[in-house]
Amino acid sequence: MNIQGFLTVLVDGLAYGMLLFLFSIGLSITLGLMRFINLAHGAFAMFGGYVMVVLVGSAGVPFLLALPVAFVATGVVGAALERTLITHIYRKSELQHVLFSIGLAFAAGAVANIVFGPQQQPIPLPEWASARVELLGTWTTGYRVFVMVAGVVALLALLALFHRTLFGARVRAAVDLRGTAESIGINVSRLFALTFGLGAACAGLGGALAVGFLGLDPSFPLKYLVIVLMVVAIGGPGSIMGSFVAALFLGAADALFKYYVPAVGGFVIYALLVLAMIFMPKGLARKGGGR
Amino acid sequence: MSNTVDIRIALPLLVLMAAACYLLFPDYLGLLRTIFIVAIFVLSYDLLQGYAGIVSLGHAVFFGLGAYTVAILGGNGVSEPLLTLAAAMLVAGLAAGLLAPIVVVGNDFNRLLVTLGVGFLFHEAANQAHGLTGGADGLSSFSVGSIAGLYEFDFQGHVAFFYTLAGLVLAYLAVWRVSTSPFGLALRGLRENTARMHAVGALVGRHRAMAYVLSGTIAGMAGAMLAQTSNFASLDMLGFERSADVVVMAALGGTGSIPGVIFGASLFTWLKDALSSISPKYWQLGVGLLLMASVFVLPQGLAGLAAAVRRRWRKR
Repeated sequence: MNIQGFLTVLVDGLAYGMLLFLFSIGLSITLGLMRFINLAHGAFAMFGGYVMVVLVGSAGVPFLLALPVAFVATGVVGAALERTLITHIYRKSELQHVLFSIGLAFAAGAVANIVFGPQQQPIPLPEWASARVELLGTWTTGYRVFVMVAGVVALLALLALFHRTLFGARVRAAVDLRGTAESIGINVSRLFALTFGLGAACAGLGGALAVGFLGLDPSFPLKYLVIVLMVVAIGGPGSIMGSFVAALFLGAADALFKYYVPAVGGFVIYALLVLAMIFMPKGLARKGGGR
Repeated sequence: MSNTVDIRIALPLLVLMAAACYLLFPDYLGLLRTIFIVAIFVLSYDLLQGYAGIVSLGHAVFFGLGAYTVAILGGNGVSEPLLTLAAAMLVAGLAAGLLAPIVVVGNDFNRLLVTLGVGFLFHEAANQAHGLTGGADGLSSFSVGSIAGLYEFDFQGHVAFFYTLAGLVLAYLAVWRVSTSPFGLALRGLRENTARMHAVGALVGRHRAMAYVLSGTIAGMAGAMLAQTSNFASLDMLGFERSADVVVMAALGGTGSIPGVIFGASLFTWLKDALSSISPKYWQLGVGLLLMASVFVLPQGLAGLAAAVRRRWRKR
C-alpha cells in the first residue's frame, strides 16, 4: 500500500470528520441537555450553507467575512425556533419529537428546493483555498487545512466555554439534575434557548464550510442525518470530547473504506452504527443518553 | 387506546366504502389500489408501534424485501401471484426474525438508530447488488401470472383492485385478531410499562420479537402486492422516505386504532397523489408542515380526535 496515497485519503477523512463534528455537536448537546431528539438538526447546517451561497456567490462578500455571518444568522434562527415552537415539544413523547423534527427537516428541504432549486450550489472559493499545502508529508489543499483548523478551534472554544465559564457550569448542572439546578435559581429554559442557538450556530458554521467541500443541495438535511446521529450515539449525548473523537473516527473510516474497498464502502458506516448500538448502547462517554 | 369502533361495524363499512369507490370512481382504480396497499403497510407498522410500542425508522426494509422477492421470482419463471406472495411474506418474516435480536434490545433512542441503520444498510445493499436487484434502475422485466391460473391482472386494474382489497381485509383481520388476543394484551402492557411487565414475569424480549416478525411479514405482503400490481420493484420501496411515510401515516391516523390508521393512510396517499401532481416539492413542504402541526393539534391522531368528539357528544 502506498503511504502517500493513504495519508492523502486520511487527511481528507479527518477534514470530513471536522465537519461532522461541527454538524453534530449541537445535536449532542441538545440531546444530552433537553432530551430532544432533533432529526432536523441537519437543516441548520443547510441554512448556514445557503447563507454562504447568497453572501459569497450572489452578493460577493469575502469568504472569511461570510463565515461568521453564517454562524450568527443560523444561531439566531435556531434560538428563535426554540423559543417559539420547540420549547413546547420537550415534554411530549419521543415519538412526537421524531415526528416534529422529521416534519421540520422535510419542510426545510422543500423550502430550499422551492427557493434555490434542486441543483448543487457552487460558490467561488478564495485563492488560498485551492493552494497546495504540505501536511504530514503529503499534499492537500489549503481549504482542507482551514476546515481542520476551524474544527479544532471550535472544539477548544466549546471545551473552554463548557468547562471554564459560569455559563458552562450552569449547563452542566442542568444536564445532571435539572430540578436541582432550577431550585438554586438557574433559569434553565433560557439556558436551553441559548444552548440550542449555539448548537444551531455550530451546525451553520459546519454547513457554511461544507459548501466548498461536500457540496450543497436540498437533500442535505437527510443525507447527513444518519452519520450525524451516529456521531452523537457513539460519542455519547452531551459529551463534547466524545463527539469530537467519534466524528474524526467516523470521518476517517468512511473516507478510507470508500477509497480502498469501494464495493462495500457504503455499507461500512451503517454496519458500524448497528454494531455500535449493540455493543456500546451508551456511547464512548457512558454518560447521559437513554433512561 | 381509542380502538372503540367495533370490527362488526368497521370492517363491513370499509368494504362498503371500497365498493362505492369502485362504482363511483372507475377511473381511479390505480389510486385506490395504492391506498389499499399502503393501508396494509401501515397496519403492519401499527402492530409494531401502536401495540408493542416499538418505534422504527426502517420498516420499509420488509416492504422492499417483499417487492424484490416477487420481482426476482417472477424473473426466474415463478409467477403465480399467491405463491410469490407467500414466498415474499416468508422472506420478510425470516428477515424480521434475524433482525429482531438487535432491534428489541435497548431504549427507544437506540432502537431508532438501529432501525435507521438497518434501513440504510439494506438500501445500500440493494443498490450494490446490481445483478440481483437491478440497482438504481429497479426491476421491471418480470412476469406476473394469473391468480391461481384463473384471474389474469387486466389492464384497467379490476382484478388488482379486488386482489389488494382482499389483502387489506385479511391484514385487518390478522391485526385485529392479534390485538384482541392475550398476546396483544401483553404487547399493550409492554407499551404502557415495560418495567412492570418484567416484574410480572412476562417474556419481554420474546413478545417484542414476535411482534416484530408478525409486523415484518405483513409489511412484506404489502410490498409483494405493490410489485405484483405495478410490475415494478425499485430502491425507493425500501428507502428512508417510505419508512418515514409509514410513521407519519400511523401518527396521523392515530396509532393503536385500526380504522384510524387505515383512514390516515388513505388521506395521506390521496393528498400525496393530489399535491405531487402539482409539484413534488410542494408535497414535501405540505407533509412537513402537516407533521409539525399534527404534533400540536392532533397528538392522538384522527382517531383521538374522533374519540374526543364522541366523549363530548355523550356528555350532552
